[in-house]
Amino acid sequence: MSASPTVPHKMPRLELSTLLTKTLRAIVLPFFGAAIFLLLWEVTSSKIQTSLGQFPGPGQVVKQVHGLYLEFRDDQERAAAFYVRQDQRIADARAADPNYAPEYRTYAGKPTFVKQIFTSLKTVFTGFILASLIAIPLGIAIGLSANLYAAINPLIQLFKPISPLAWLPLVTIVVSAVYTNSDGIPKSYITSAITVMLCCLWPTLLNTAVGVTSVSTDLINVSRVLCLNWTQHVRSIVLPSSVPMIFAGLRLSLGIAWMVLIAAEMLAQNPGLGKFVWDEFQNGSSESLGRIMVAIFTIGVIGYLLDLLMLTLQRSVAWDKQAIVR
Amino acid sequence: MKTLLELTQVGIEFKTPKGSFKALENVNLKIGTGEFVSLIGHSGCGKSTVLNIVAGLLKATTGGVVLEGREVNEPGPERAVVFQNHSLLPWLTAYENVELAVRQIFRGKKTRAEMKDWIEHNLTLVHMDHAMHKRPGEISGGMKQRVGIARALAMEPKVLLLDEPFGALDALTRAHMQDSLMEIQSDLKNTVIMITHDVDEAVLLSDRIVMMTNGPAATIGEILTVDLPRPRDRLALADDSAYNHLRHEVLRFLYEKQRKVDDFTPRSSAAKPPAQIVEPKAESVHAGEADAAPQSVVEQPQEKVA
Ligand SMILES: Nc1ncnc2c1ncn2[C@@H]1O[C@H](COP(=O)(O)OP(=O)(O)O)[C@@H](O)[C@H]1O
Ligand SMILES: [Mg+2]
Repeated sequence: MSASPTVPHKMPRLELSTLLTKTLRAIVLPFFGAAIFLLLWEVTSSKIQTSLGQFPGPGQVVKQVHGLYLEFRDDQERAAAFYVRQDQRIADARAADPNYAPEYRTYAGKPTFVKQIFTSLKTVFTGFILASLIAIPLGIAIGLSANLYAAINPLIQLFKPISPLAWLPLVTIVVSAVYTNSDGIPKSYITSAITVMLCCLWPTLLNTAVGVTSVSTDLINVSRVLCLNWTQHVRSIVLPSSVPMIFAGLRLSLGIAWMVLIAAEMLAQNPGLGKFVWDEFQNGSSESLGRIMVAIFTIGVIGYLLDLLMLTLQRSVAWDKQAIVR
Repeated sequence: MKTLLELTQVGIEFKTPKGSFKALENVNLKIGTGEFVSLIGHSGCGKSTVLNIVAGLLKATTGGVVLEGREVNEPGPERAVVFQNHSLLPWLTAYENVELAVRQIFRGKKTRAEMKDWIEHNLTLVHMDHAMHKRPGEISGGMKQRVGIARALAMEPKVLLLDEPFGALDALTRAHMQDSLMEIQSDLKNTVIMITHDVDEAVLLSDRIVMMTNGPAATIGEILTVDLPRPRDRLALADDSAYNHLRHEVLRFLYEKQRKVDDFTPRSSAAKPPAQIVEPKAESVHAGEADAAPQSVVEQPQEKVA
């Protein structure tokens, strides 16, 4: 057609069109997706009448975000006031009696949404780190020994599909029996963390084992020719070579951990996001549904950020830069 | 010449799901100190198996290998191997790859500074001093192979075992690598066993060429002594009659006496020699092409029939 006169412009035009496609993909299309979602949500929610009033639409949820933020700010102000009063009291007592031994207390307000987010994060990382501390060494061991693998694999397959809801009663009772120091770390926190650990152990365990068994025979031969001893072999050949697989497993594990955590917190009454959702459900006020929706979006965003964090870690440790990590 | 390495009645059987498979039988070979020996044969005949037995990575079912009067039972750094796929640790730089070997072998014998000098010396030897701190993923195939050779040389092995070291490289890079290896060899006078698919490479580099028969139960078919004077120059040798005669001998062994027939259609009778043995394409058989090259020789008459 009219191709010949535009030859010199062909290249820049091509680049422009790829740039356009990129912006379209990165900004415009996601924006459209979100807009359609919000529209559908608005329309559908207006048609759902519940015992707690109308199902919250986007506007209602934004209002709840603001409300939760105000609660958080009030609480912070109250906490600040509490510490000012405490300092004042101690200073006064000291003025009267120089030998007065002050007793500092921490502010114990009602848990706000922001506090609950941090409790959840703390709990999920406790469970996840415990799981990793077990899964990585065990995974290396079963990856190195076919016999150990044969012995343990059926157990892994048996425990892997168990829901956190099934573990929880058991863990709760065992924790209550074993952990009697009631004014230290709260039991609900331990119970939730252990449940998270039990459920997120498996991907890291299996991936580590696979990573270790799939070390290239060439590299194993290098190790044999160099007469590396067992520790050196594991440290300089096996571990680095399975690092990408281990991190792929860790990423899956953290995803599961976050999902399991919410259920565990609901049942164990650990003061995190799960308990927040449960409490709102029990509350049954006209604002509850909106607040639950806020929690749901928060859970989603944090889950996404956690995954992003693991992805960044995974990319930074990958020695095989060609491998597509997404 | 003093015998350094001796293979006596070496044979091996692999246990496979379909029963045992005898890959090698009655392999006898003596190699002198400072000798450069290449192993040539069709793909799958058992060259790597021989090398791995010498390396100690595989155990012979019958017979054995003796190095300086001691039987070889396990792998060890005095028999350093350069594998076809470089086998560098991809998460370490070229320097660190060599360092891993040097640390292991010279622990307590060299100081840290001496080790550093030794690593750099060996990388310079293979012309890799400019890219010492690059990882395998950042350098070309030829460079990776150079690092692999540096790592093996740094181990000061009694025997250097090279398993198709240049098989995966393009022709030009391969020629460079061969020249480098000859240069290093003229300095260090290592004892080398090298597997190759490349007839020119074998003649150019070797003191002797060991030609293996086809498996199963492969063994040494013929041994050709290459008495061309050193240093050898590939350009000058191209017109050299002695060189061409040796090349021809190897080609005759590979494509006449040990022609691979089992992979082809039974219609092409093995008894009838192909019309033209030395085709330009068949002159050098590279890794992966070993099966294809003779095939083109055999297929020609078939096409006429069809
Ligand atoms: N571990 C093994 N188990 C079973 N068969 C093997 C094993 N290693 C090699 N073989 C067989 O032995 C023969 C020789 O193999 P190899 O030494 O790798 O050949 P080459 O290096 O000459 O191409 C082949 O037929 C191969 O299939
Ligand atoms: Mg081979």
